[in-house]
Amino acid sequence: MIKAILIFNNHGKPRLSKFYEHYSEDTEQQIIRETFHLVSKRDENVCNFLEGGMLIGGSENKLIYRHYATLYFVFCVDSSESGLGILDLIQVFVETLDKCFENVCELDLIFHVDKVHNILAEMVMGGMVLETNMNEIITQVDAQNKMEKSEAGIAGAPARAVSAVKNMNLPEMPRNINIGDISIKVPNLPSFK
Amino acid sequence: MSDVVEKTLSALPSLLSLDSQAGAGKLSPSSKLGNLIKGITELTSKHEEEKLIKKELESIKEQVASPNTTMRQMKEIMVRAIYCEMLGYQASFSYIHAIKLAQQGSVLEKRVGYLAVSLFLNETDEFLLLLVNTVLKDLQSTNLIEVCMALTVVSQMFPKDMIPAILPVVEEKLTHPKEIIRRKAVLALYKFYLIAPNQVQHIHSKFRKALCDKDPGVMTASLHIYLQLIKENPESYKDLTGSMVTILRQVVGGKLPLDFNYHSVPAPWLQIQLLRILAYLGKEDQGTSEMMYDVLEESLRRAEMNHNITYAILFECVKTIYTVHPKSQLLEKAAECIGNFVLSPKINLKYLGLKALTYVVQQDANLALPHQMTIIECLDHSDVIIKRETLELLFRITNAQNVTVIVEKMLEFLRLTCDDYSTIDLVGKVAELTMNSVFSLGGDVMQPDIPNNFLRLLAEGVDNVEDRQLRLFAVDSYVSLLQGVTAKLPQRFLQVISWVLGEYSYLREEESDPGSVMRLLARLLDQRHTSTETRSWVLGAMTKLCSSPVSVALARDVCERYLSSLYSGSLNTVLRQKAQELMILSQDTKLRARVLPAEGRLESLEVDSSLSFLDGYVSEALAAGAAPYKSPHQRQEDLVQEKALSLEPYGLSLPVSLSSCSITDRLTDRRSPTLLSMSSGLSGNSTELSHQEGSTTLKLEGVKRVWGKDGYLAQQQSAGETPTPLVELPNPLLSPQSPPSQTQKPSSGLEPDQEKRQLASSLFVGLGSHNSVCLVRLPSTVWLFIKHCQSANQSHVFKALFKRFYINSCQSISCISGSPLKEVKGHSVSVCLHTVVMKRASVQVELAGLLSYQRPLGQPQAAQFSLSLSLKHFLRPLTVSTGDYGKMWLSFSHDLKQNLRLVTTEHQEPLTATLDALKGKLHLHVVDIIGSEGIVACRLLQGPGQGQPCLLHCRVNADSLAVWLRSPVPELPDSLLYHCQKALTET
Repeated sequence: MIKAILIFNNHGKPRLSKFYEHYSEDTEQQIIRETFHLVSKRDENVCNFLEGGMLIGGSENKLIYRHYATLYFVFCVDSSESGLGILDLIQVFVETLDKCFENVCELDLIFHVDKVHNILAEMVMGGMVLETNMNEIITQVDAQNKMEKSEAGIAGAPARAVSAVKNMNLPEMPRNINIGDISIKVPNLPSFK
Repeated sequence: MSDVVEKTLSALPSLLSLDSQAGAGKLSPSSKLGNLIKGITELTSKHEEEKLIKKELESIKEQVASPNTTMRQMKEIMVRAIYCEMLGYQASFSYIHAIKLAQQGSVLEKRVGYLAVSLFLNETDEFLLLLVNTVLKDLQSTNLIEVCMALTVVSQMFPKDMIPAILPVVEEKLTHPKEIIRRKAVLALYKFYLIAPNQVQHIHSKFRKALCDKDPGVMTASLHIYLQLIKENPESYKDLTGSMVTILRQVVGGKLPLDFNYHSVPAPWLQIQLLRILAYLGKEDQGTSEMMYDVLEESLRRAEMNHNITYAILFECVKTIYTVHPKSQLLEKAAECIGNFVLSPKINLKYLGLKALTYVVQQDANLALPHQMTIIECLDHSDVIIKRETLELLFRITNAQNVTVIVEKMLEFLRLTCDDYSTIDLVGKVAELTMNSVFSLGGDVMQPDIPNNFLRLLAEGVDNVEDRQLRLFAVDSYVSLLQGVTAKLPQRFLQVISWVLGEYSYLREEESDPGSVMRLLARLLDQRHTSTETRSWVLGAMTKLCSSPVSVALARDVCERYLSSLYSGSLNTVLRQKAQELMILSQDTKLRARVLPAEGRLESLEVDSSLSFLDGYVSEALAAGAAPYKSPHQRQEDLVQEKALSLEPYGLSLPVSLSSCSITDRLTDRRSPTLLSMSSGLSGNSTELSHQEGSTTLKLEGVKRVWGKDGYLAQQQSAGETPTPLVELPNPLLSPQSPPSQTQKPSSGLEPDQEKRQLASSLFVGLGSHNSVCLVRLPSTVWLFIKHCQSANQSHVFKALFKRFYINSCQSISCISGSPLKEVKGHSVSVCLHTVVMKRASVQVELAGLLSYQRPLGQPQAAQFSLSLSLKHFLRPLTVSTGDYGKMWLSFSHDLKQNLRLVTTEHQEPLTATLDALKGKLHLHVVDIIGSEGIVACRLLQGPGQGQPCLLHCRVNADSLAVWLRSPVPELPDSLLYHCQKALTET
C-alpha cells in the first residue's frame, strides 16, 4: 500500500501532499520536513530507494523518490509494493502531468493543486494503485474536464491572465522554477539512473 | 535574469491553455491564490510567511462566514485553504464549509469540496457524519463523475461504524456497466475489508466475480484484495492457484489488449502483483508450486533486460522462485538473474540485487560467494543505502568465524552515521539484531569492548522517540529470548541482557505485568550454568527493577534464598553483598526511592571518589575514639607483623581427610613395568584422542570460511590462515598429552608401608589385614586400582571386583568404565580397573562402592568401602602456548578473583616460588612468567580424552598474589581456588 505521496521543491517547499493514512497535522508536517531532509542530501548518482525507518512508522516502509529539475516526487510505500514498480509509477505520474499541463512546471503544481490531486486520484485510490496506464488516466481526467467546461462555459479571459502574469513581480520565483528542465520529453524518456 | 523572465514567459501558453480549458473562474494568477503565492515567494523568512498566512487565513475566515459568498467563490477559497494547510497552517474553521461545498455545490464545486474534505479530515472526525448522506446520494447519482468522487472519498477515509450505511450501495456498484465504477467499487470494498473485515465477509463470492470480470482493469483491482486475503490465509485460496497461473500466462503471452502495455511490456504491474500472489500460494507447498514452475520460467524468459520495468518483474520473479518449493533448474536461473542485478552498473539494480541476495542467502549462503568482490565494493559505496543493505546482507551470513569482522564493519558504519537520528534507529536495530546473533554465536569469544560499545550506543543520546524505540525493541527482544531456552546463551550476552532489562524495562511496564521481567531474571539466577559474574549483573538489574509490589515480593524471595542455605555454599562476596542490598531496598520503599529515583535514570552521576560526604561521620568517629583508617595494604602489613588470624575471606574450614590423597601422590612417582591391561587401555585411549582431533579438523574444513580477519577470503588457500578464536580453542586441549608412562605395579608382594596399610584397612574393613588399595594417577585418567592380596595362609585368589558403584556427592563423580577382571598370573592378584572422572568440579568428593567377592569355597560376600577424592586428583597440567592461553582466556566466562598468600623462600623470587609450589601440589602447568605476572593452566578430567580447562592469572600485588581464575566450567574456579589457598598455606 502507498502511505503517502509528497511533492516538494529543491527548497523543501511542499507542492503536494497526500496521505493515505491518518496522521496528525504536526506529524504530517514533520514527515514532509524529514523526508525533504533525507532526500535532499542525497547525491544524484545514488539509488532511488530510501529506507526511512522512523518515517511514517516502522521499518516496513520505504521511500521511493525521483528528482526532476526543481521537484522531488516521493512515494512512501510499505513492503507490499514493488520498488521498481513504484519508480515507474512516478514516471507515469509525471508523464501524465506533463500531458495534462503541456510541459508541466512547478508553477502548474502551485496554481492547480486541485487538478493535480484529481489526476492523482485516478492513479492511486485510497493508497492502492488504481491505474497505471497514462492514456486511461488522461481519458478519465479529460472526461471530468469536459464536464467542467460545459458547466463553466468558455468565458475565460486569456488576455487578462497574460497581463496578470506579466505584471506579477516574482523576485523569488526564478529560483524555484525551471520550466525548461522539468518538462519530460515524452518518447525519449530520461533513462533512470 | 532576462533568460529567467523569458522562461517564465514561455510557460504562459501552458498556463493559459489550461486556463481557457478550465474556464475563467479557475485559478488564474490574478486570483487571490495567485496573490497569495506571489506574496509568499517574495518573503525571505519563515516568520514573515507565518504573518502572511495568518492574514490570509483571517481573510478566508471572513469570506467563508459571509452569507454573500457564492459556491463558486467558496471553491476558490477552499483551494486557498488547501494551500495553507499544505504549508502546515490549520484552517479548521473551513472544514465545515468544505463539507457544505461537497453537499451543495455543482459537480465541479463538489469535487473541490470532496478534495478538501479528504485532505482536511480523517476517519476519526465527527464532521464525517455530516457527509454520509451526501456520499450516499452521490453514490446513487446517475452522473458517473459523482459516483467516482463518492467512491474515492469513501476509500480515502470512512469511519468503521458508517460502513454499513453505504455498503449495500457500494456492493451494487460491482455490477455497474462502467468498468471504471466497478474498479473503484472493488478498491473501496477492499478498503472496507482492511478497516472492518467482518462486515464484508458475505461478499467474498462477489470478489471472485470481480476476479473473473471481463475487464482486465477490474480483475487487476480485485488482485489487491486477493493478495491481502492470500497473505493472511494461503490455505483457503489454494484453489485459485490454477486461475492465477492462467492469468499470468495470458498476460506474459501478450493476450491483453495493447493498451495495457507499458514500454511494450504487457501489464507489468499486473505481472508483479500475480507473482507476489503466487509466492504466497506456493510457499512450502510442493504441489501448488509445481503448478507454477512453467509460468515462472516463462516470465523469467520473457522479461528481457531492456527496460526498468522488466527488472521489476524479474526481481519479483526471483523472489517468488526462492519462496516457493525449490526447483533446482529455476533456482539456477534465478541465481543468474541475481548475479546480473548485483553486477549491474545501475545503482537501483545493484540495490535490488543486494536485497535479493539478502533474501536468498538465508536459504543458501553459498550464493553470496561468487559476489564477494562486489559485496566488498558495496561496503565502501558512497551511497549509505547501499552500504546499509550490504551490512544487512553480511548480517545474514554471519557465522562464528566472521562475526568479529562484520561487527567491526557495523560499528564503523555506526560511528559514521552517529549524527543522524533517523538512521541511527535503523542501524541500531541492525546492530541490535546482530548483537543478538553475535552474542549467542560468538558469545564469550568476543572482545569485551563490543558489548560495551553496544551498551553505550543504547545509553547515549537524548531521550527522544528513536532512542526510546530502540531501547524498547532491545527490551522486548531480550524478554522473548529469556522466555526461551537460556542455557545456550553465553554469559556475556546474559550480562548485557540483564543490564538492558534493568535499565529500560520501565519502557514496557505499561503493557505487561511488572513481575514478568523479574521472574525471568529470577529464573536466570536459578540456573546452574549462570556464572557468578552474570549473577551479580542479574541481581543489579533486579535492584533497579523492584518498584512494584509484585517485583518486591519476588526480589525478597530471591534474596532470602540467596542469603539463606540454598546459596550459602557460594564463596562469592559480591553476590552476597548485592543480595543483601536488594533485600534491604526491597523492604524499605522510602530508601529505595531515594537511592534509585525513577526520574534520575537519565542523569549521569558524579562520583565523589574522595568520599568527602563522609567527612563529618569520620571526624565524629575519630572524636569518639575510633582508630584511624588504614588502607588494606597497611592492614595487611600489620597483620603480617602481628601474625594474627588470617583475614582471607574463606578460611579453610572444609573437613577433608587427606590421608588418602597423600598416599596417592607418593605412589605416582613409582614406576612399574607390568600391568598389561593398563597400557593397552591407554593406547586405546590415545588413538581415540588422535581420532577426535582428526574429526575436529574435518569439521572445520566443512565450515564455510567466506570472511576472515581481513575481510573476505578470496581463495581457498588463505582459508587456513585465518583462525578464529572459536576454532582454535579446542586445539590445545586435544594436543597429545605427555605419553602415559606412569603405571603401577600391583603390590608384587612387597610389604606395603604402614600408611598404606592403614588406609587399606579403613577401606576394606572386614576383608582382612593384607588388603590394600592404591590409587594410580595417569596423565589422562584416574585409575582406581583396587588390589586384593593373598592372605598369608590361603592360596586362593579373591575374584574381587566392583559389582556396583553407587555415587554420592550429587553425581559429581562418575565411573566411566570398568575393564574386565584380569588375573595377573604369578602375582595372585585380580585387577579391576575403573576410570573415575569428576563430572562437576567440587572441592572434594566421596567415592563409595560395594565390593562383592566370592571365595572359591564359600558364600558370596560383600564389603562396602569409601574413598575420599580431592579435586587435585583430577587436575592435570594443560600445556598451552601463551598465545593460545590468551585466546582461551577471552573465551571463558566463569571467573573469580582472589588474593593469595605469597610463598617466600630464600633462593627464589616469591612469584616463582609460589607458582612452583602450586605446580608441585596441584599439577598445574606454568605457561609463562613475565615480570610480576605469571600465567598458569590446568584442566579437569571430565571425560575420556580431554578435560575442561581452568586458567589462572597471577600477579604479585604488594605482598600478596592476586589470582584471577577463569574457566568455562562454573564451579571449577571456586574449587580450584580453595585448593590453591590450601596448598599455599601448607607450604
